[in-house]
Amino acid sequence: MATAQTRTLSRVMMAPAVIVLLIWMIVPLVMTLWFSFQNYSLINPMMTGFAGWGNYRYVLGDPSFTQSLINTLILVGGVLVITIVGGTLLALLLDQPIWGQGILRIIVISPFFVMPPVAALIWKNGFMHPGYGMLGHLWKAFGLQPVDWFNQYPLFSVIVIVAWQWLPFATLILLTALQSLSEEQREAAEMDGANAINRFYYIILPHMARSITIVILIQTIFLLGIFAEIRVTTGGGPGYASTNIAFLVFRTGILSNDIGAGSAGGVVAVVIANIVAIFLMRAVGKNLDA
Amino acid sequence: MGSISLQHVKKSFGEVQIIPDISLDIKDGEFVVFVGPSGCGKSTLLRLIAGLEDTTSGQILLDGEDMTKAPPARRGLAMVFQSYALYPHMSVRDNIAFPLKMAKAPKEVIDQKVEYAARTLNLSSYLDRRPRALSGGQRQRVAIGRAIVREPKAFLFDEPLSNLDAALRVNMRLEITELHQQLKTTMIYVTHDQVEAMTMADRIVVLNAGNVEQFGSPLDLYKKPANRFVAGFIGSPKMNFIDGSEAAKHNAHSIGVRPEHFTLATSATSDAWKGKVGVAEQLGSDTFLHVHVEGLGLMTIRTDGDQTFSHGDDVYLTPDPTRIYRFDAAGLAI
Repeated sequence: MATAQTRTLSRVMMAPAVIVLLIWMIVPLVMTLWFSFQNYSLINPMMTGFAGWGNYRYVLGDPSFTQSLINTLILVGGVLVITIVGGTLLALLLDQPIWGQGILRIIVISPFFVMPPVAALIWKNGFMHPGYGMLGHLWKAFGLQPVDWFNQYPLFSVIVIVAWQWLPFATLILLTALQSLSEEQREAAEMDGANAINRFYYIILPHMARSITIVILIQTIFLLGIFAEIRVTTGGGPGYASTNIAFLVFRTGILSNDIGAGSAGGVVAVVIANIVAIFLMRAVGKNLDA
Repeated sequence: MGSISLQHVKKSFGEVQIIPDISLDIKDGEFVVFVGPSGCGKSTLLRLIAGLEDTTSGQILLDGEDMTKAPPARRGLAMVFQSYALYPHMSVRDNIAFPLKMAKAPKEVIDQKVEYAARTLNLSSYLDRRPRALSGGQRQRVAIGRAIVREPKAFLFDEPLSNLDAALRVNMRLEITELHQQLKTTMIYVTHDQVEAMTMADRIVVLNAGNVEQFGSPLDLYKKPANRFVAGFIGSPKMNFIDGSEAAKHNAHSIGVRPEHFTLATSATSDAWKGKVGVAEQLGSDTFLHVHVEGLGLMTIRTDGDQTFSHGDDVYLTPDPTRIYRFDAAGLAI
């Protein structure tokens, strides 16, 4: 793209794609913003017109909003902790030379290919159901009262399901990081008298820092909007115990048929996602500098 | 103290035998170079001594103590790797201090030793930099510094200069030799470059296909090569080998003459080999002539740089009769 002529040409050629993408993004965003300032309820068609900050006051003032916000943070944080720690350990295991390594790796990453609602259903009926779930049978085998996971520990259960889905992703990224560590560095540390724990702490972990950062950033983006797993399992309940912001928007906009308030919740969710992103970049972004 | 003794050391990876059987005695304070073509097992041998590979059979003694099964950290050896293997996320200071930190040395001792190593290696002004911000030669020095602070029984160098440019390599070669004079610690140095071997070593081990071809001082190897392989490997340019009737005149299966052991004339003398100059490589101080000799093939001749030859010139070669190496059918020197 050296000359002015090729530059102009390339811009003209790219324009259609860029314009379509922009419309794709801008139109829904503007519509959401517009609806968030409107009285717009599907139940009451008579209630129309400009609402001012009413919808926002309604969403932010609702006690379920605070709880959803906390739930969102716990959900994101919990899944991150489980996937990073578990992913690191699994990566260390998979890095060992063993027979059938290729097959094993495919098996390990396979949960990532299962669609979220399907995964949630498998967990809901196959594992966590107190009556006929595997865990229920296990509890009974030890003579214990089966746990009704989705009623007793709703948020924790959702965290487990989501973590199971994202663990392969973290494992895969961290495994490639591990494999890119030069063998000579490992050997040098061994010669220098570092035992396995010291080698992990001083050599391997710093080497993986950048990949861990990437896993944290990518996962956070996706985990802020977890929806299907909640919809399929707990339905956000009991009460609001497993409702996150995304699900609250759904509850307000679709279940309560209040498009105006739902849109306001959506705008708030976008703002929160940006705030989280800023904090995250401050906290771990420096690891990305080469 | 740092004497190293290998007794019937064998190493194979699965079916592939890398080292059939090697016994060596390296004295305390010696600078020994393992040299050989690539794939001859010299790096493997070094890694066996370091403890980074398991010995298939045989014994490795350090200071008389059997260390064959000991983990690398316990052997008290320090190694400088080809890629330097510096820890990229640590400063130069932390890199050098790492072995001491692992040995749980007190802070003052660490500081003192790091300062000393940095001064010895001219690294004092770089201590707070990351390895990334250093040049190749400086990185090399950090790697050596990390080895020095442990005060090891012996240093192991695995082709440490192969990633440096030619000028720096000569420099570092001198620095490592000087360091050896200063520390008087045993050093084992692996290289494929026979010039490095000749210039640095007290004694050289010439390896070929996992076997020790000869173990001796550089001049021994040059003057009295044990066999044709050593004769061809040591010395630059390579020795000229002549088979057939010309060798039979000397009662040998083949004879070898080094490029520097010819007298060169432009007019015919009795007994001289007549040849035509192919390529003349003029280095200034020397000129290497590639001469096609009738019936004997291509010969490399070293002559002083003042004489100029051009392609197609007729020259007459007389090998120095006292410097003709004779080999039998098995390639052993007679």
